[in-house]
Amino acid sequence: MCGAPVQEEQLDRTLPASVDPATASIIQGRVVRDGEPVAAAYVRLLDASGEFTAEVVSSATGVFRFFASPGRWTVRALAPGASGSADLDAGLGFTETQVEIA
Amino acid sequence: MSREDVLVSADWAEQHLGQPGIVFVEVDEDTTAYDKGHIPGAVKLDWKTELQDPVRRDFVDKAGFEALLSAKGIGNDDTVVLYGGNNNWFAAYAYWYFKLYGHRDVKLLDGGRKKWELDSRELTEDTVQRPATQYTAQEQDTSIRAFRDEVIAAIGQQNLVDVRSPDEFAGRLFAPAHLPQEASQRAGHIPTALNVPWSKAANEDGTFKSDDELRALYTEAGLDTSKDTIAYCRIGERSSHTWFALHELLGEPNVKNYDGSWTEYGSLVGVPIEKSS
Repeated sequence: MCGAPVQEEQLDRTLPASVDPATASIIQGRVVRDGEPVAAAYVRLLDASGEFTAEVVSSATGVFRFFASPGRWTVRALAPGASGSADLDAGLGFTETQVEIA
Repeated sequence: MSREDVLVSADWAEQHLGQPGIVFVEVDEDTTAYDKGHIPGAVKLDWKTELQDPVRRDFVDKAGFEALLSAKGIGNDDTVVLYGGNNNWFAAYAYWYFKLYGHRDVKLLDGGRKKWELDSRELTEDTVQRPATQYTAQEQDTSIRAFRDEVIAAIGQQNLVDVRSPDEFAGRLFAPAHLPQEASQRAGHIPTALNVPWSKAANEDGTFKSDDELRALYTEAGLDTSKDTIAYCRIGERSSHTWFALHELLGEPNVKNYDGSWTEYGSLVGVPIEKSS
């Protein structure tokens, strides 16, 4: 299984049984445009060097989630006619961010 | 063979929708995207349930591939245009797989589903039914498929190109970061492998970089074009993308995709593994 899983509707902290927040960095959040959630945006996680790490499609409520490791990351979102990005420092456990696109 | 023979633009695709002799095929692991909207006239192919043997870890055999394509209504003389999500990973995998079984005319839609959506082009939920054909496949062309023993023999001898992300290559992650991390095998990479992430071959919208950019990318990474090359990733789909760039776009003659990839290699007993600090 390597395709992007369907993203959650709600931004919550329920995790798959295989994920331990004590050893993983969970980066999640919402894509928004003019304050409204953006569904079906292409959201990619870039590492500290700007290299692509993963990509998902945001849910109907704009939610995305990545399973990464601690460090500096950039979340970049693309939608028809709009794009934007957000930088963050992730530790172990949850890091939440909002990506504004325009 | 030139770029135009193997890679078509979204504009070209739009102009050739519904044209007899051209079959659009959407390929994904999760076909719910197709069900919610696909390119008009496109049939769907499920990477997992239709291209993999249901019991053994291997592809469907020649007879199975013939039955599959016959049922999809794809004929030997049809031009097959493949596209999909995940930056065309599974479409590139299907492209390689169609070539493995000898389909003559296969093309990849540049940018796949993402570029199509970002351009706001038409998607439809209409059911697509094509009349069945009598498809005849060739024996597998193993000049493009690498197996584990040749991969081990290639260490220090051939180009090994690990196309996973730097964190997977280093052994810090077991899988791409959109997936829950599975720790069922060892992490790291095959000794002497170069790390050229598949994504360096693509633009942000999923289209391939130009031939000049691709050539510069692999030259700068240290690929020795006088030697044969084996590309691998985790399960062989991202490395199909790189195989396509090297073999189909740049015309490098001896490039194989190792579809066993890290999920096989990282579980083998006794083989050498390197990790980066």
